[in-house]
Amino acid sequence: MRKHLPKLVTLIVAAGTSGWLFASGFDARGLPVVDHKAWRQECASCHTAFHPGLLPERSWRKLMDGLDRHFGENASLDAASRKAITDFLAANAADRLDARRARKIAASIPAGTVPLRISESPWFVRKHDELSAAVWQHKSIGSRANCGACHPGADQGGFSEHDIRIPR
Amino acid sequence: MLKSLPLLFVLAAGTAAATPAAMLQDYVAAVRKSDPAFTPAVSRGEALFRKEHAGQAGRASCAACHTDDPKKEGRTRAHKAIAPLAPAANPERFTDTAKTEKWFGRNCQDVVGRACTPAEKADFVTWLISIR
Repeated sequence: MRKHLPKLVTLIVAAGTSGWLFASGFDARGLPVVDHKAWRQECASCHTAFHPGLLPERSWRKLMDGLDRHFGENASLDAASRKAITDFLAANAADRLDARRARKIAASIPAGTVPLRISESPWFVRKHDELSAAVWQHKSIGSRANCGACHPGADQGGFSEHDIRIPR
Repeated sequence: MLKSLPLLFVLAAGTAAATPAAMLQDYVAAVRKSDPAFTPAVSRGEALFRKEHAGQAGRASCAACHTDDPKKEGRTRAHKAIAPLAPAANPERFTDTAKTEKWFGRNCQDVVGRACTPAEKADFVTWLISIR
């Protein structure tokens, strides 16, 4: 029994992890699971924990430089948190991640442009082009920033097409 | 290791800083440095919450996001839930000075258009603590 213990532990951990991945709407073909305590705490207290892979590094840097005017709101941070979160965003940005979806997002954004809204990237626009204006105005959606209204895994960066639930 | 576990809990509790009452005392003490007769008022705190301001974000009032009832969950413009403001409905509220100061700092700028004074913060917290 003793010598099989490591294997057993591995098996249990693997089984547990896969259960968690399915439960959280993990998207195997999507963006890798990334996390950062300050990022989740600071950014996701107001909006979806937008995966860093949804925008290129230059966008995140510009966005983090203007937090005092963050889409019309003051979201300023202390210098240490700002640097830590910027580093995390940059390291996992669309043009830095080795993942198919990240590369597609990065490639869709014309060189020389620095979009600050994820919903402005051609990739986002293309992926949502079949939705009518009325859908966006649905009470439980309300905003393009409210990813989780239709994508249950959004806060973990999961946007699998199989999981989409559009409120009626 | 096990022996030091209780000590660890004591240390963790020690860093969890304030209770709403202790935080209020800090704000009151700050005001009294220049105005020794200051007493915070529930009515002024509620008035600040409900007042309509011409803020830079076009945000009319605190209530716009926090709803009219501070015991209820609010909603950000990006549709994220905001835990209730009143400690009676949200025991975590006003237990972390840095967090409270961060949000006063951001939201006073956005909604009131300037930083809030320690007196306004004392009134605001007094009103919210008074809600049962």
